[in-house]
Amino acid sequence: MIRLLERAAERFPDKTALADENTSYTYREYLGSARIVGGYIAEVMAPGTVRQPIAVLIERNAKSIVAFMGIVCSGNFYVPLDAGLPEERLGVILSELSPAGIIDCRGVSGEKAKEAAGISGRSAVTFEEILSYYGKDAGRADTLVEERIAETIDTDPLYAIFTSGSTGVPKGVLVSHRSVMDLTDAFAEVFSFDEGSVFGNQAPFDFDVSVKDIYNAMKCGGRVEVIPKRMFVRPNLLLPYLAEREINTLIWAVSAVRIVAEFRALDEVRLEKPLRLRYIMFSGEVMPVKSLNYFMERMPETVFVNLYGPTEITCNCTYYIVDRQYAPDEMLPIGRAFPNTRILLLDEQQRRINEPGKTGEICVAGSCLALGYWNAPARTAESFCQNPEIKGYSGLIYRTGDLAYFREDGSLVFASRKDFQIKHMGHRIELGEIEAALNGIEWIDVSCCLYDTVKEKIFCFYQAEVEDRKGIVKILSTKLPKYMWPNKYIRVDAMPLNAHGKIDRRALEELKEKG
Amino acid sequence: MDKLMEILEEARPDIDFKTADTLIDDEILDSFDIISIVSEINEEFGIKINVNDLLPENFNSASAIMELITKLQNE
Repeated sequence: MIRLLERAAERFPDKTALADENTSYTYREYLGSARIVGGYIAEVMAPGTVRQPIAVLIERNAKSIVAFMGIVCSGNFYVPLDAGLPEERLGVILSELSPAGIIDCRGVSGEKAKEAAGISGRSAVTFEEILSYYGKDAGRADTLVEERIAETIDTDPLYAIFTSGSTGVPKGVLVSHRSVMDLTDAFAEVFSFDEGSVFGNQAPFDFDVSVKDIYNAMKCGGRVEVIPKRMFVRPNLLLPYLAEREINTLIWAVSAVRIVAEFRALDEVRLEKPLRLRYIMFSGEVMPVKSLNYFMERMPETVFVNLYGPTEITCNCTYYIVDRQYAPDEMLPIGRAFPNTRILLLDEQQRRINEPGKTGEICVAGSCLALGYWNAPARTAESFCQNPEIKGYSGLIYRTGDLAYFREDGSLVFASRKDFQIKHMGHRIELGEIEAALNGIEWIDVSCCLYDTVKEKIFCFYQAEVEDRKGIVKILSTKLPKYMWPNKYIRVDAMPLNAHGKIDRRALEELKEKG
Repeated sequence: MDKLMEILEEARPDIDFKTADTLIDDEILDSFDIISIVSEINEEFGIKINVNDLLPENFNSASAIMELITKLQNE
């Protein structure tokens, strides 16, 4: 991937590559700073270490992206971490990971430079301290990283992103250079990005939606504008910011797109400069047709794309370019496979489904497949397995656990989940992970979580002597990120069980409907 | 006020809305929270909160939100 950045730096050395509210980097500065970070890692932070994780404490700023590329220059892979996560979860991730080093990108440039940064009892080095290390001798860093870059092959890991795991331990999805290269090739083939593309980054960097901003921009020589988080609750600040920064490509979570439509902000917010959006792409959960129509009616020139895919297949494996208005009760399809990606719909007997209307599990083959889960070979083998159609050689598929069917025209439509994973607030969440945290509370006998897709709320049923919602929340907030906290808490005297002695989810559904 | 507290607590069970007064300034509420809270308030109180009402001074605390609701109800 560094070669991609080098090519962009050769073609557009003085063009702005990355910007946030306060700072910006040209392609030359981007590459130059990344090489210094790479040199520092190779010489000081983790001498002799390659293909090992290095964590980055991220903030919504441009330098976090520079730090990622610096780690890649050193021949290692980056793991973006949100320092705002509950202490216990960060601790679990860090002990699973044992990173070879931690780079702190939080402070405003210059401000935290000398302060000893650390997290969960591990020491970290600030980005500023690293950048000032070589002084005028940046050439030394260059020599060091050149060797590392030359030794990197495209099956080496590029990054790891942690997602929810059903057993209560988050899993680190490891993605290779090859997979991200494949992603940018596929996007370049299907969409028209060019050096005038300005990607308005909404997704946090520990969320793989942001991967598309970072690498598509690098491939086309465009710019990434990191939009301040506060604007996503203030459409009356957000829209003027998009216009002022000349942002024309949005690859956003559904909820961020929705807030603009819900508040009819395109009508209500007065703009000095017109918005010129080429693409609005959305993913993470189902886009309500009503919100989409709001945009389509007002932006006839903009291309709207529904993207689908889990982190394990490198962001997205299917796309649907919205080619007509949908009725509010129609399902927006997830479309068709990206180039160089094969989608197999498998039934319970592992036979391929080709006819329309029949539901099966979405399985994916191609270079987009992640390397697997960090330090979890058994778990990896469960989801990344031999393609049942292939005999005689090794060919893997990833089982998404998502169920879908083909429409008459061959477009895929998402149906539901096979297991207890849900999509909530743009995140894939294992209800089992929430239950594991709840069951860990001393005075709770047993718990069960359900998801209400209409109200978009997580319901928690718990069996305990006493009712204490606040007490539960207080404990959960030390263990789970906020998007995993249940919204409704219902205490039961005894958890309903079915004939097999398992928790009777149907009975709980009824209880939930009764309120 | 009780109804509003219920809406807020369901959306964000982790926050003590009796004392919190920097919900927007400290980026405590995100876009998902705002969408769900505002749509429920609109429905419950029969009002329409406008994009230009999405100001820190209207959303920083439960009492500020209540004031906004009362103001919109009287319009």
